[in-house]
Amino acid sequence: MSKKLRVATTSLAGCFGCHMSILDIDERLFPLLELIEFDRSPLTDIKHCGPCDIGLVEGGVCNAENVHVLHEFRKNCKILIAIGACAINGGLPAQRNHLDLGSCLTEVYLTEPGLMHGHIPNDPELPLPLDKVHPLHEVVKIDYFIPGCPPSADAIWKFLTDLIAGKTPELGHGLIKYD
Amino acid sequence: MKETFLLDGSTIPFEPGQTVIQAALAAGHYIPHLCYHPEFKPHGSCKLCTVKINGRTVASCTMPAEAGLQVESEIEELNALRRSLVQMLFAEGNHFCPSCEKSGNCLLQALGYDLEVHATGFRHLYPDRPLDASHPDILLDFNRCILCELCVRASSEVDGKNVFALSGRGITKHLIVNAESGKLSDTNISLTDKAMQVCPVGVILPKRVGFSVPIGERRYDQRPISAQALDDAPRQTDAGGNCAACEGTP
Repeated sequence: MSKKLRVATTSLAGCFGCHMSILDIDERLFPLLELIEFDRSPLTDIKHCGPCDIGLVEGGVCNAENVHVLHEFRKNCKILIAIGACAINGGLPAQRNHLDLGSCLTEVYLTEPGLMHGHIPNDPELPLPLDKVHPLHEVVKIDYFIPGCPPSADAIWKFLTDLIAGKTPELGHGLIKYD
Repeated sequence: MKETFLLDGSTIPFEPGQTVIQAALAAGHYIPHLCYHPEFKPHGSCKLCTVKINGRTVASCTMPAEAGLQVESEIEELNALRRSLVQMLFAEGNHFCPSCEKSGNCLLQALGYDLEVHATGFRHLYPDRPLDASHPDILLDFNRCILCELCVRASSEVDGKNVFALSGRGITKHLIVNAESGKLSDTNISLTDKAMQVCPVGVILPKRVGFSVPIGERRYDQRPISAQALDDAPRQTDAGGNCAACEGTP
């Protein structure tokens, strides 16, 4: 391959477990880095995404900043991949979706026992939470999904190498997992 | 000489009175299904077992086998529809597999795996249906119900207890407990009931055994559902116990 593919990654309302799973492909990272180079990613600490071939997004959309980052990825990435349960269906953060956001914040910061002078954080630097947590595909078009909580390193490896080889990515029994 | 029909080009023998799916499974040919259970009268509601017969789509669990039928099942057109059905079931309930005790033993999940469903693609409903933990030995999580009525059928037909029923219509249709209080503790259900064994998803759960088998070592972690459904189905064997119709299958 003459030119390396540029890949960006980010974690929105996720736990970085999917990124840990990316790192879990271990020594296969070396052959992978023959084929790709990282743009914006927690691995490079580049803060904004330039034009990329592939974007990997972990986590759902739970606040205003997540929306901006996701739009930046969609604008810059030719192929956008939702990685992990939270990106695909909201996952654990979305388990608050049937609760009222105001009462969640009140309970956590004001009425829980043991809180001294509690107040709901209101620093202007903090992104405002959305009233519901959304899977990525409810906000932008997503091209591919890698399920799992997190997807195994083998699943990520199989998916990316299929994609880079120009094949339709398939996981198959043992690699496709929702848990 | 038994009468036969054709399924994806294979000759399937059948007994009078058998449905298409019964004959297919007995002959070692898998047709995806969810609400069909070999021990119960067919329900025909999940539509996962839909096949094409002479150009028309029908549920193979309710379609009586007839000589000379031309049945198509393992075709991309049908599998794409089956994928959509699984996706809609996932979007309609709260199927958060990472926190579900049934994960790895769940038929809906296993079908998703087998059909390579990577995501739901639909807008999730995130239902808010309160749990029923009133019974000392049994937990109900209604947020995972797919309305297959297997528990309803098992409780009335086998257990003779009528513990469960469906109520409402359309999108408001939901599983209820047949007690004045609506609570499971006010019924005579017990852990040994058939109704405890048939839930394909994680609605009816025995307490205190949730993770005795670790994730990763569960039923559908080992082998895909398409292989295991054939083990469960009554097979047609000759006097020597050999399965004559099952060429190429163990």
